[in-house]
Amino acid sequence: MKRGLVIIGGGPAGLAAAIKASESGADDILIIERDKSLGGILNQCIHNGFGLHRFKEELSGPEYAGRFIKMLESTSVSVMTDTMVLDVTGDKKVVCVSAEHGYMEIEAGAIVLAMGCRERTRGAIGIPGDRPSGVFTAGTAQRYLNLEGYMCGRRVVILGSGDIGLIMARRMSLEGAKVLACVEVMPYSGGLMRNIVQCLEDFDIPLYLSHTVTDVVSENGRVSRITVQKVDDKRMPIKGTEMHFDCDTLLLSVGLIPENELTKAAGIEIDPRTNGAIVSENMETSIPGVFASGNVVHVHDLVDYVSMESERAGQAAAEYLKNPSEVSCALEIKNGASVTYTVPKRIKNTEKPVGVFFRVNRIFEKSAIRVTAGDEILVSYPRAHMAPGEMEKITLTSETLKKAQRKSIVISCEEAN
Amino acid sequence: MFDVAIIGCGITGAATAFMLSKYKLNLVVLEKENDIALGATRANSAIIHAGYDPKPGTMMARLNVRGCELAETLSKDLDVSYIKNGSLVLAFSEKEMETVKELYDRGVKNGVPGQKILSKEEVLEMEPHVSSAVIGALYAPSAGIINPWEYALAFAETAVLNGCEIRLNSGVTGIEKADFGYRLHTEEGYVDAKFVVNSAGVDSAAVHEMVAPKAFTIKPSRGDYYLMDKAEGNKAKCVLFQCPSEAGKGVLVSPTVHGNLIVGPNAVSCTDAHRVNTTQEGLAFVKQMAAKSVPDINYRNAIRNFAGMRANTDRDDFIIGMAQDQFLDLAGIKSPGLTSAPAIGEEAVKILSENGLTLIPKENPVTTRKTLRFKHLSGEEKARLVKENPLYGRVICRCETITEGEIVQAIHSPVPPVSIDGVKRRAGSGMGRCQGGFCGPRVLEILARETGKPPLSIMKDKEGSYILTEEIKKEAKS
Repeated sequence: MKRGLVIIGGGPAGLAAAIKASESGADDILIIERDKSLGGILNQCIHNGFGLHRFKEELSGPEYAGRFIKMLESTSVSVMTDTMVLDVTGDKKVVCVSAEHGYMEIEAGAIVLAMGCRERTRGAIGIPGDRPSGVFTAGTAQRYLNLEGYMCGRRVVILGSGDIGLIMARRMSLEGAKVLACVEVMPYSGGLMRNIVQCLEDFDIPLYLSHTVTDVVSENGRVSRITVQKVDDKRMPIKGTEMHFDCDTLLLSVGLIPENELTKAAGIEIDPRTNGAIVSENMETSIPGVFASGNVVHVHDLVDYVSMESERAGQAAAEYLKNPSEVSCALEIKNGASVTYTVPKRIKNTEKPVGVFFRVNRIFEKSAIRVTAGDEILVSYPRAHMAPGEMEKITLTSETLKKAQRKSIVISCEEAN
Repeated sequence: MFDVAIIGCGITGAATAFMLSKYKLNLVVLEKENDIALGATRANSAIIHAGYDPKPGTMMARLNVRGCELAETLSKDLDVSYIKNGSLVLAFSEKEMETVKELYDRGVKNGVPGQKILSKEEVLEMEPHVSSAVIGALYAPSAGIINPWEYALAFAETAVLNGCEIRLNSGVTGIEKADFGYRLHTEEGYVDAKFVVNSAGVDSAAVHEMVAPKAFTIKPSRGDYYLMDKAEGNKAKCVLFQCPSEAGKGVLVSPTVHGNLIVGPNAVSCTDAHRVNTTQEGLAFVKQMAAKSVPDINYRNAIRNFAGMRANTDRDDFIIGMAQDQFLDLAGIKSPGLTSAPAIGEEAVKILSENGLTLIPKENPVTTRKTLRFKHLSGEEKARLVKENPLYGRVICRCETITEGEIVQAIHSPVPPVSIDGVKRRAGSGMGRCQGGFCGPRVLEILARETGKPPLSIMKDKEGSYILTEEIKKEAKS
C-alpha cells in the first residue's frame, strides 16, 4: 500500500499536524492511532486548563481534542484507530497491524512521528521496599478513574510534583480519598505554579520539597506504609529524617520519557538530553521526509504548544511532499549555561523567524536569556522568573539569525544584575 | 487417593510433576499461592549454570551438569525461551586467576564440556563492555540463560495435560501418617496420598518437620537485582560472573532471554523468608559491585528492581532423600537449583521407584508444548494469523508487542492465571519499559471479561494485592 503522508499517533500532535498538512495542500493523509478513538492522553485529562493560548478559553482535555477532531472532519484525512505501528524503516515504510484491517505494510511519501511519551516508573527511579499492588504511575491511576470509572486507593502519597501527579492529588481528593502528602526530591516543584496552588494548597495537601520515598511496606499484598526522608544536596536521604505514612497507595509523577522506540529503530538521530529526535526548525528529523512533533520530541507542559509545534511539522511535511529535497543545516543551536536542551537543535532556513523552546536547569528570578555567537551577544531577553517545570520560548528573528556569522549559536541563561 | 502429592509448585515441584506425569500415576500438586512459581523461581538470576562451581562428588555437582544438559532439549521440546550464550568468570587479579584455574579443574572433574581459560585480550574481544582491568576468565560454553517462570509453567502445564492436578491456594497446614501413606491438611480441605514429595522451597524445613524430627535449618538469603531496558541489553553477551571469594559470590551481569540486562544479586541473611523487599543499601551495593565487571551500565535505563530469596540451608549440598517412609524431601534447593530442577525431577522419580512407587510408563504422554508469540512471526505469518483470529491484530502491551490473542490464550492455558502478573508471566504483557502502566488497565479488563469475574476482584499478584477499591460514576457507565 502507498500513502502520501502517514502520521503515527492521533493525539494532539498528530491531529494538529494532519489538519495543517491538509490545509497546506497535502492529500492522501493517514493518521494511525493505537487507541480506539482519537485524542490521545487528552481523553483522560478531564480537568480544565487546556487551550488558554490556543483558543483563549479554558477547555477540558476531551474538549480540546474535540475541537481538533471536528476540524479534521472537514478535511479528507483518513484515520485508522485501534491500529498499532510495529515498525518504521529509514526508507519510510510503516508496518502496522489491527484487528479490523489486518497486517499492513505502507510505503509513505512522508511521515510525522507523533507517538507522545510515557511515564517513568518505580523501576526507573529504584524505590526500594516491597513490591505490592497500590503503586501506580499517576497516569495509570488517572486512566482507572477517568476512563474506566474505578477508584484505586483511599489513602494516598504522591511522589513527584509533576503536573499529572498534582492533578491526580486533586482528582482523588474530590473522589473522597485522603491525599496525605506530595513529596518532591528536588528543592522546587516540577509542575506548573497554577497546579501547585489549585491542586495542593486548595486541598491542604502538604508539599515536601527535597524529600523522597525510601521504603515501601506492604501488608497482605497491598501498600500499607511509605517512608519518606529528607535528601541532601546530592539527593541522598538523610538519616534521622524518616517520616512514615500509613496509606494504601503510592502515586508516581516522576517524569515523562518521549516514546521513541520506533524512531530509534528507523535509525533517526536522538538528542540524549530530550530522549527525542534531533529536529530542525521545521520539525524534520535526521531522515529527510520524516518529521516529529509534540511530546515524542520533548515533553511539553502545555498542549497549546504541542499543537503549535505540530502545525509546523504538518506544514513542512506537505511542503516536502510537493518538493522532496534535502536542505542542509545552516546553523546549529547549542545549550549554554543553565539550558538543558533546545528544540529545534538545527536551523535550515534563516530567512524566516524561528521559535525556540527550551528548559532551564534551575530556578531563576530576575534574569536574562542570551543568544550568542562566539563572543558576540546577538540578542538578550529579560525574564522575571524561570523554572525547570515551565518551558521557555523565544523567537529568533531572521536578522538575529543572519547576524550569526558562524555555524552555531548558543542559548544561555544568567541572573540579571 | 493420589499416588503422589507434591507440596510446592516452584521449579522443583513443577519439574518433578512433569517427570512423574509420564507414568500412569494419580498426581496432585499443592501450591499455597494463587499461582505457581511465586517463590525463588520467579526472582533469581535466570542462569543455566555450566556446573564448575559445586564441589566434585556432591549431588549438586552431578545434578547441575545433568540439568544443564537437559535444559537444551527440554527448552526446545517445551518451547521455553533459552539461549546457550556461555558464561565467563572474570578475574581481576592474579589471586582471582588462581580461583579461575581451580574452577576449571573442578569443572573438568564435574564433567563440564568445552571449558577454556581466556586471556585478557580474548575476553575483551568477546565482551567489549567488560572493564579493561580484567586479566583473564574461565569460559564455559555450555552455560546459558532461561526464563525461569516460563520453564516452571512449561513443566506444570505439560504435567496438567498428562492428567496431573494442580491445586492453588492450598498451603499444607498439617500432615497425618495413615495406613495408606499420608493425609495432608490444606487450607482447602484434605488430600490423601500414598507418597509425598516435599518441594516447599523456603518452607521445606517446616514441611519436613510435619512428619520427621528436625534435620536441617533453612537460612534464607535475599538478593537484590536491577533489570535494565533493552537499550542496555548489548552490554554483555555471555553471563558475566565475578570470582567467588570470602566476601561472597560476587555480582553478575547478564543478558536475559528477552534482550534486557540483569544485574545482581547481593546476599543478605534474613529472618523472614517471605519478605522479599529490595533495600537502598542492597541496590547501591549491586551497582557498585557490577561496575567492577561492566563500568558503563546506564542505570537511567533501569526498568525494574526486585529481590529474590534463596532457600539456603546449614548444609552445603541439596537435601534430597527419604525423610520417612513414602515421604521424599527435595529441600534446600538453592543455586544452582533452577539449572538442576529437571535433573532433580529425574532423581525424584528414581528414588520414589526404589522406595516402592510403581512406575508404568504411559503410551503417549505429552512431552511437547508450543506457545504462539506474535512478535516472533514473519510478516506473512502475522498477516495470516490476524486474518484467522483478529484478536492477534490488537496489540495490548505496546512495549513488548503482546496481542489480545496471546493474552486470551494465556488466560485459557492449562494452569490459568488469576492475576495481572499471572498473565504477565505467561503472555509477557507488562514486562517492558512502561512496566504495565499502559497495558495494566486493559489486561485487567480482558482478564475480568474472560473469567467472568468483577474487575474489583482482579488481583495484581498474590491474594490480597487488589488494584481497584470501588466503582465510581455507575450511572455514567450504564
